[in-house]
Amino acid sequence: MNIKIPELALVVLVGASGSGKSSFAARHFLRTEVVSSDFCRGLVSDNENDQAATQDAFDVLHYIAGKRLNAGKLTVVDATNVQPESRRSLIELARRHHVLAVAVILTVPESICHQRNESRTDRDFGPQVVHRQLDQLRRSMKGLRREGFHRVATLEGVEEIEAATFTRERVWNNRRDDHGPFDLIGDVHGCFDELGQLLEQLGYDLADDGSSATHPESRRAVFLGDLVDRGPKTPAVLRLVMGMVRDGSALCIPGNHEVKLLRAMQGKNVSASHGLAESLAQLALEPEPFRNEVVHFLDGLIGHYVLDDGQLVVAHAGLPESMQGRQSGAVRAFALYGDTSGETDEFGLPVRYPWANDYRGEATVVYGHTPVPEAVWVNKTICLDTGCVFGGRLTALRYPERELVAVPANEVYYEPVRPLIDESSNVDVSRERGELDLTDVAGKRIISTGLARHVTIREENAIAALEVMSRWAIDPRWLVYLPPTMAPTATTKIEGLLEHPTEAFKAFRDDGVETVVCEEKHMGSRAVVVVCRDDAAAARRFTADRPSLGVIHTRTGRPFFEDLADETTILERVRRAITAAGLWEELDTDWLILDCELLPWSAKAEELLRTQYAAVGAAATATLSAEQVVLEQALARGIDVAELLTSSGERKFMVEGFVDAYRRYCWEVTTLEDLKLAPFQILAGEGENYALRDHLWHLEMLSRLVVADETTFRQTRHVVVDLNDESSIENGTTWWRTLTDEGGEGMVVKPVEVVRQGPKGLVQPGIKCRGREYLRIIYGPEYTAAHNLERLRRRGLGLKRSLAIREFALGIEALNRFVADEPLHKVHECVFGVLALESEPVDPRL
Amino acid sequence: MLLTITTTHQPATDLGFLLHKNPDRHQSAVLSFGTAHVFYPEAMVDRCTAAVLVEVDPVDLVRNHRGPSGGAASLGQYVNDRPYAASSHLSAAINKLFGTALSGRCKERPELVEVRMPFEVRLPALPVRGDADLLQRIFEPIGYHVEATPIALDVEFPNWGMSRYFDVRLTTTTRLRDLLEQLLVLVPVLDDAKHYWVGSEEIDRLLRRGGEWLSTHPERELIANRYLRHDRVLTNQALERLLDVEDIAEIEGAHDNAEEAVERPISLNEQRIAAVVNEVKACGARRVLDLGCGSAKVIRALLSDTNAEKVVGVDVSYRSLEAGARRLHLDTMTPRQRERVDLWHGSLTYRDRRLEGFDAAVVVEVIEHLDPSRLSSFERVIFAHASPRVVVVTTPNVEYNVRFEGLATGALRHPDHRFEWTRTDFAQWAEAVASRHGYHVTFAGIGPDDPEVGAPTQMAVFRR
Repeated sequence: MNIKIPELALVVLVGASGSGKSSFAARHFLRTEVVSSDFCRGLVSDNENDQAATQDAFDVLHYIAGKRLNAGKLTVVDATNVQPESRRSLIELARRHHVLAVAVILTVPESICHQRNESRTDRDFGPQVVHRQLDQLRRSMKGLRREGFHRVATLEGVEEIEAATFTRERVWNNRRDDHGPFDLIGDVHGCFDELGQLLEQLGYDLADDGSSATHPESRRAVFLGDLVDRGPKTPAVLRLVMGMVRDGSALCIPGNHEVKLLRAMQGKNVSASHGLAESLAQLALEPEPFRNEVVHFLDGLIGHYVLDDGQLVVAHAGLPESMQGRQSGAVRAFALYGDTSGETDEFGLPVRYPWANDYRGEATVVYGHTPVPEAVWVNKTICLDTGCVFGGRLTALRYPERELVAVPANEVYYEPVRPLIDESSNVDVSRERGELDLTDVAGKRIISTGLARHVTIREENAIAALEVMSRWAIDPRWLVYLPPTMAPTATTKIEGLLEHPTEAFKAFRDDGVETVVCEEKHMGSRAVVVVCRDDAAAARRFTADRPSLGVIHTRTGRPFFEDLADETTILERVRRAITAAGLWEELDTDWLILDCELLPWSAKAEELLRTQYAAVGAAATATLSAEQVVLEQALARGIDVAELLTSSGERKFMVEGFVDAYRRYCWEVTTLEDLKLAPFQILAGEGENYALRDHLWHLEMLSRLVVADETTFRQTRHVVVDLNDESSIENGTTWWRTLTDEGGEGMVVKPVEVVRQGPKGLVQPGIKCRGREYLRIIYGPEYTAAHNLERLRRRGLGLKRSLAIREFALGIEALNRFVADEPLHKVHECVFGVLALESEPVDPRL
Repeated sequence: MLLTITTTHQPATDLGFLLHKNPDRHQSAVLSFGTAHVFYPEAMVDRCTAAVLVEVDPVDLVRNHRGPSGGAASLGQYVNDRPYAASSHLSAAINKLFGTALSGRCKERPELVEVRMPFEVRLPALPVRGDADLLQRIFEPIGYHVEATPIALDVEFPNWGMSRYFDVRLTTTTRLRDLLEQLLVLVPVLDDAKHYWVGSEEIDRLLRRGGEWLSTHPERELIANRYLRHDRVLTNQALERLLDVEDIAEIEGAHDNAEEAVERPISLNEQRIAAVVNEVKACGARRVLDLGCGSAKVIRALLSDTNAEKVVGVDVSYRSLEAGARRLHLDTMTPRQRERVDLWHGSLTYRDRRLEGFDAAVVVEVIEHLDPSRLSSFERVIFAHASPRVVVVTTPNVEYNVRFEGLATGALRHPDHRFEWTRTDFAQWAEAVASRHGYHVTFAGIGPDDPEVGAPTQMAVFRR
């Protein structure tokens, strides 16, 4: 016998002990697909036959089976299952996960069961056990279908069991291999004229008699249900859609109105409300064969479809992720009626829970059912019912293009019970959409990124990030990017130095990079500037909470300025410069995100400079000067302290270098004019993630801002180095030396092309190479002393490099998602991830 | 770091015998963190000076975690004053170099041990944490004359002011062993940090060292506290890496103390807890949330003074929750007690389904720690989603601040307060929230009701 089972099902084997279930299961299913009660007994009690452990063993069995079903995996339960109550709990389990349950009964003569059991030394129960089991099985055989099994297969005798085969059948709603392109069409409700106009606008050729339509580029329409009722031409709509489905130019799923119409046409007793009466009256005028055809068509509609490799789900009233591709009464009910609680509102309509607000699934869900004034995206879902029959519009979504196409209703065909635009509600809808849930960020998380595949965030880092994000960060709707950390160059062996460009150039050449750009490392604090052309752009793309031009935030997502007015002043200037440089038009955007350094460092870090650096300098200078005096006195007395005097003198010299180094970061900031903004990358604008463009483009574009406003902006000096040309490398090295000899912090070496794959995966997006004197404020004043340097050279860079890559991938992913208009939680997940990774224990000197 | 001890005792070179260090030789001792040198810049009959020069190895300091913890993304570990400023490292050096002198022995001239001699001590960079007169308060009661010159942070930036270091000269007449003992104890006390772990054996050491002079010292409490002070234990180092220096100070020391110090004279905290607990009792809530529970003071009161069957505290700070668990003794509760209480890590700006289904929520002195731009998220999390029947919110009444002595004009009560509201501000916010989410709100003051500026704390009770 060939047994057909759905590809996702709970297969329940039924048979007495010794009927050969385990070996049967092993023949037909993967080892991991089978969960056996004996195995679970062993797990909890160390003895597979310990009957006292049965209850615990079944708890474990249910738990494992539940996890598998939740993950969409076919699961086989290998247990006797001869009692109705044990089967009932399994059927319950299948329903909870919206999968079908299939029973496969194995019956063999009692004598064979005995024989098999006796041959096994570990089974020590008497013949009465098998006898009882077979008895229970016989008594329950008849009622099995009624217990709720989708299918029951009975294999009688050893031979039939041996000969059985299985076929896994695709679930009806699974159309994953259908990639479209599609035109998804919202609730038509008998508006035939508008449907015709919409199809024409979408490029379909309508048959003159309205019996079908086809698209020259073989696009297909997907009707989201509620074709019927309320409107003037329900039969015409049905004729067209049925024709298109028949001809393969459309798919159709049922709406609640089709279901009710079908019941009415089948002669069941339904109240002819909500426009059903109109349909029945119109259909009564149609010939009988057509009516029969309609009944047949409606009866055959599948509740929902999963399309395009699971990327697209269509269901009349939407569908949460846990129900997509599943089959159960609950799935069908949700797809038809939405997330209802059974309550009704003041208009007598069912109260629907806004499930889309909580949707976190990967698939795009397109649905209708609830008339809305405007089709808008909410967490990868969109409702296309724009109330055509109520005088609104008939809307289609082109997929995969994601363009909306709509035609207005010719007239109001039906008065809505509830006003379409609910003006009594002052709830800010956009805010609800931007709502973040703790489960979007908390705990251990694995984030998929385009660049580095998966990035794992550890729980303890998420804990730290949650506190910082909640207590100090700006509104997440403005926080769409956090800059990644950057690894320093491999440690150099050159005398007196820790870092030198040679190693950075070599690293990139080894990775196959040919051209790099060396950018000066500004002596400031990192600042990400989000700037909008006007309040309207800010409201549209970020938030309308308060009129705003944008934000400036730090590398940990805090407001850069304590005073909002200061931020506004700087943003104003940035906006003016962008306008003057003509970038709004050239990039065709009304907002931009810039990655910058804001100088001087003391503007942000004065506290650190005073309490940490200046204090150390003061204590060191005082002590070492005093040491010099007493050592010289002692030396004059003929005491042997010459060596100590020399080393103390060297330390004094190094401390002076340290004091000079931090002083370069301090300049008096009395007005905002004293602040300088040094942008080095345009991160994103409408429709494009500019962070992926090459660095020379960025530097060229940004230099135009400096031209526009020299007071506010500062140029990022740079040189391009050809790594195949020794003299070019020499030139880069000299440039670095000049820069750092003048007291500069150092430089950052970046491959001109931002994303590069090397032999060992993604190439570092940048390597910093810091100056000798600057490093005193990082490694301590005396780090250059030979005995110190020798030990400091043993620094591990692996973790830092790995973090730099992971944070880079997350940063790019955040921008990609933001630019693609993905829901806030998807963007926030990446930004939160960068912050969490920043709390990894890595040497802060790197 | 450097210490010099000069005597004008006749003959001054007796100092060499007392210290067990020959004035004509340079002697060194290896310490765990570097090298200590003793030499004499002058050794005349009328004046003799011994210099202790300690070279601290800065790299080793970091590698063996002997340096100060934390601060500024932990860079403080690497760039710090330990090699230069007088600190517990100096105490360790004195201990090592002058063990014999400290124990009151002197083989060659035993009679010198008990002789009180005139001494002058110089510490060119002595860090002092605390008020400007602390040096005097510490040294003068035990017979020192103090001459201290503050050291500027940076002469090029005079507006940065003075550092916490002083160039200190102490003059006194005493026994050398007392002088050494007192320096050994008091240098780390002034610095208020120690490089080694403070254990219980420290108590014995302090009692032994300070036995006679400490018991009568007017600042004995401060000295004992600081000397025995445990190093700041940061349970969450991951968090520390994300914070600035200022934040750490804010979170650590200041968290409860700053505000409590301001409000202490009127024991506002107890009154606040009592008022909030009364509201919970009055509404008969069975399941109660304490949002922003901090270290669980309110929870303790809710558990003992109400019949609530479940009290759940939520805080964004993991550290606070750990402190709360300790305060409540969660780990030693009976199962039935433990059943009544839970502490959850969570945030009031992210929707949290666990918070649904409670009867009452108390939000005590929390909203003023939220950025104004995040209040709308807070509002939705509490009132739109968790939506308990009763919500009790308290926050400072800024009008009352003028009544607090010791609070500068215009200053807020706590450095982390993002705002403090007048009664009108609070009422406007609360009424708007109530009307948006179907609540009815009433207001009350907590603490002495001033006819002009109202009560120091304001409370809003929202009922659905």
